[in-house]
Amino acid sequence: MVIEIEKPSSVRLSKVAISKTHGEDSPYFAGWKAYDENPYDEVHNQSGVIQMGLAENQVSFDLLEKYLEEHHEASSWGKGAPGFRENALFQDYHGLKSFRQAMANFMEQIRGGKVKFDPDRIVLTAGATAANELLTFILADPGDALLVPTPYYPGFDRDLRWRTGVKIVPIHCNSSNNFQITPQALEAAYQSAESMDLKVRGILITNPSNPLGSAIQSSILNDILDFAVHKNIHLVSDEIYSGSTFSPSEFVSIAEILRNRNYKDAERVHIVYSLSKDLGLPGFRVGTIYSYNDDVVTTARRMSSFTLISSQTQHLLACMLSNHEFTQNYIKTNRERLNKRYDMIIQGLKKAGIECLKGNAGLFCWMNLSPLLNEPTRQGELELWNIILNQVKLNISPGSSCHCSEPGWFRVCFANMSEQTLRVALQRIHKFMEQRKVCSVNR
Amino acid sequence: MTQTQYSRSRSSDTEKKNTGGGGGAAMRVIVPLQGVVQGRGGLVLGSIIPCALFYFLQFYLKRHRNDLDDQNNSNSPGQNSTTGSGSSGKLAELPALTRNLSRGLPSPRSPRGPVSVSGRVSGIVKGADSPYYVGLRRVKEDPYDELSNPNGVIQLGLAENKLSLDLVNHWLAENAEQVILRNGKELSLSRIATYQPFDGLMEFKVAVAGFMSQVTAKAVSFNPSQVVLTAGATPAIEILSFCLADVGNAFLVPTPCYPGYDRDVKWRTGVEIIHVPCRSADDFNLSIAALDRGFNQAKKRGLKVRGIIISNPSNPVGNLLSRDTLYSLLDFAREKNIHIVSNEILAGSTHGNEEFVSIAEIMDLDDIDRKRLHLVYGLSKDLSLPGFRVGVIYSHNEEVLAASKKLTRFSSISSPTQCLLISMLSDAKFVQTFITINRERLQRTYSLFVAGLKKLGIECIKSSGGFYCWADMSGLIRSYSEKGELELWDKLLNIAKVNVTPGSCCHCIEPGWFRFCFATLTEKDIPIVIDRIQKVSETCKLN
Repeated sequence: MVIEIEKPSSVRLSKVAISKTHGEDSPYFAGWKAYDENPYDEVHNQSGVIQMGLAENQVSFDLLEKYLEEHHEASSWGKGAPGFRENALFQDYHGLKSFRQAMANFMEQIRGGKVKFDPDRIVLTAGATAANELLTFILADPGDALLVPTPYYPGFDRDLRWRTGVKIVPIHCNSSNNFQITPQALEAAYQSAESMDLKVRGILITNPSNPLGSAIQSSILNDILDFAVHKNIHLVSDEIYSGSTFSPSEFVSIAEILRNRNYKDAERVHIVYSLSKDLGLPGFRVGTIYSYNDDVVTTARRMSSFTLISSQTQHLLACMLSNHEFTQNYIKTNRERLNKRYDMIIQGLKKAGIECLKGNAGLFCWMNLSPLLNEPTRQGELELWNIILNQVKLNISPGSSCHCSEPGWFRVCFANMSEQTLRVALQRIHKFMEQRKVCSVNR
Repeated sequence: MTQTQYSRSRSSDTEKKNTGGGGGAAMRVIVPLQGVVQGRGGLVLGSIIPCALFYFLQFYLKRHRNDLDDQNNSNSPGQNSTTGSGSSGKLAELPALTRNLSRGLPSPRSPRGPVSVSGRVSGIVKGADSPYYVGLRRVKEDPYDELSNPNGVIQLGLAENKLSLDLVNHWLAENAEQVILRNGKELSLSRIATYQPFDGLMEFKVAVAGFMSQVTAKAVSFNPSQVVLTAGATPAIEILSFCLADVGNAFLVPTPCYPGYDRDVKWRTGVEIIHVPCRSADDFNLSIAALDRGFNQAKKRGLKVRGIIISNPSNPVGNLLSRDTLYSLLDFAREKNIHIVSNEILAGSTHGNEEFVSIAEIMDLDDIDRKRLHLVYGLSKDLSLPGFRVGVIYSHNEEVLAASKKLTRFSSISSPTQCLLISMLSDAKFVQTFITINRERLQRTYSLFVAGLKKLGIECIKSSGGFYCWADMSGLIRSYSEKGELELWDKLLNIAKVNVTPGSCCHCIEPGWFRFCFATLTEKDIPIVIDRIQKVSETCKLN
């Protein structure tokens, strides 16, 4: 979008305002734009772009709708009920106690009751985006660095860096060991930061990982925590996909690691959570920070004034998440459906001759298209991505926008569409692969 | 005019700091001087004397700096004594918790020490001791209730409007259920559950723009495409601060002002506030001459002013900016090439006979200078819905809108709330009734309360809008100073059990002024409050 300026605007904006650190010029976002301009519709626009670049969970809406149908008290305050007045006036940054309690319970349930969460350590924010930014403001000063394993969620470039002035130093992971984080990689990243004269303030991991779609093993979590202790830095664990593991036993939360150590060294650990993925409610803007550090909790609470959740939403969700029967059923059913989708897409891709990283969580799979690249470089990857976007009409996310050090990997989301649409997408991929085979034979 | 330092005990701490804006200019003179002095002895003298002069200059400047921002006012966190980033001569002595290059920080940790947090955290607890927060806590612990707790603390320190909630409640009881998820159709969660534009649903922008137009009595037509929605006026102000100013720049803010600006404008942005005092002799009206002085003072300190933040109607005084003043303000902004941010969050809560002129009217007229005008609004005050978190940035500056749209992703409005309010705000009849009745009730309560205070010999500045009486209680304070003012505040809180906001929290330079929010009171409550205040005022007069 070009901004027409008739005269040069004499009154200037800040560097933050005009900087590109928001990162929205990358292919990750360009693909969304292409989708916005020509969105696929089962009935009205069958040749449109299918959105596979947005990690939304639409597989379990019916469960939520059923709940709301049967529980009117969640979405209203009743006739003449006093509840509304308190709710409308409630702007306390502590957040509704009932909601925090419900969130704590929900987080415990997701972790199979293996750990307990204290509602008074929960700070509410308008989405995990805000939670991650808030923590960065609190844990680091401008010019400091956070270590983040690659590949990582493209939004981190914006959320962790833009307004905070903090830098990201990547912890490089590669396919030789399924992109797992190693102590060597941690140390290398730390040294790299030091050599750039950057003070490292913490590590930020996403568990289960975005874009890999797999949970981090407990031995690795222990290594990471040991590393953080050794360097005396913070550890932020973004567990936004913790409820989207296909099987409950596969996910280990950093909270469990801490519990096993009797919460020694806990004051450096902070967990980020949200209802955007597990509950499929990104529009509601619900995120949380759970910190074992009292100073961080207090400061985060104050800072959350900039990003409070609507009290109406808190009330609605407090009702919903306090209903144990509902949450148990939801978590179980959601997992099953995601698992089914995952199997469907993996099988479909396999039939087309495409391999993916073995995954066990999330709303996406990590697809390996490196054999298809013209050249094993970022350029080659982007060329392929362009073809897939514009010819195959599928919006998938190139690994380079996730800072993956190996070209050719792509993140493909599968939970934000109907099964029928997923079938269409797989058909298109199949056709595309067939055509490529034919082309390469003819060469 | 007495100088108001929030807490005198802090002054010893400020001397630890050694960054100085005046120093920057001084160095530029001294270093070449050194070079002029030839010879070894001369070199030694040439170094010592300028350095000595430099330190004396610093000391002098510190003692006489009288509009340095308070570090410890109500809503900002306390100070961090380890700042040492004197690297930039341009940055004046910044209050704590603004951005400091971490290189300047001595590493506070040893491998076995506690893990350190950023400069923003230290001193947070001290900030909580400001009267603003102490008062709020006391009310929470011991809230007044007519029946169950008649001796509890009465809240007059929180700008909420409870006068017309019943109207909103009634509407919701009739309509809410249908609206939130169904909007007249089949229950469909997917409509609101999925990712929405971060700057708000277009339908909601249309509804809000329409509401804003009704609030200004249709004097202005607001264009929904110039609206950016965010979770409250708090992030709206912060977003504009990020957009319009860089780290170390400053905004001019007339005082007394909303205590929250210290947090909203300065905390995470690294931007400074230069207070521009208004005087009781002028009924606390804004003076362009004072703005000009403020601008020049900033310049001397090496601070670049990027804009002015005004509130209209003003918090805490409750006066309105006249059309002439707005034009003069625009001239001033044009001359200095800076922005104007007008916080009009109380525009719908005017209750006097004076005409309210929104900055949007000026925006409509002046094509060239539109780009420097920005409006902040919200539904927390006028619609009594602070819990729902709805704030507005309205601007004709496309760059500001583009940047704000991106920045608001950190503070978006929850979608079910947007849906609910779309219906409510689109109900024109309801909106009209609400605005009219609300104004009547504000007018009535205001008159009763002011009359009550007058009986006690306490005068208020004539207010035309908002929820506050700005009362002159300087006759009741023992010493004409901030200390005296806080003593009275303490008595009011702990003896009279009434939570009010002392003027020092609002950066008022004249001691003895207090902000009373009357919109949380029913008519029955007023005599009780006046009675309680009387008890304290009697004892003060006796002293």
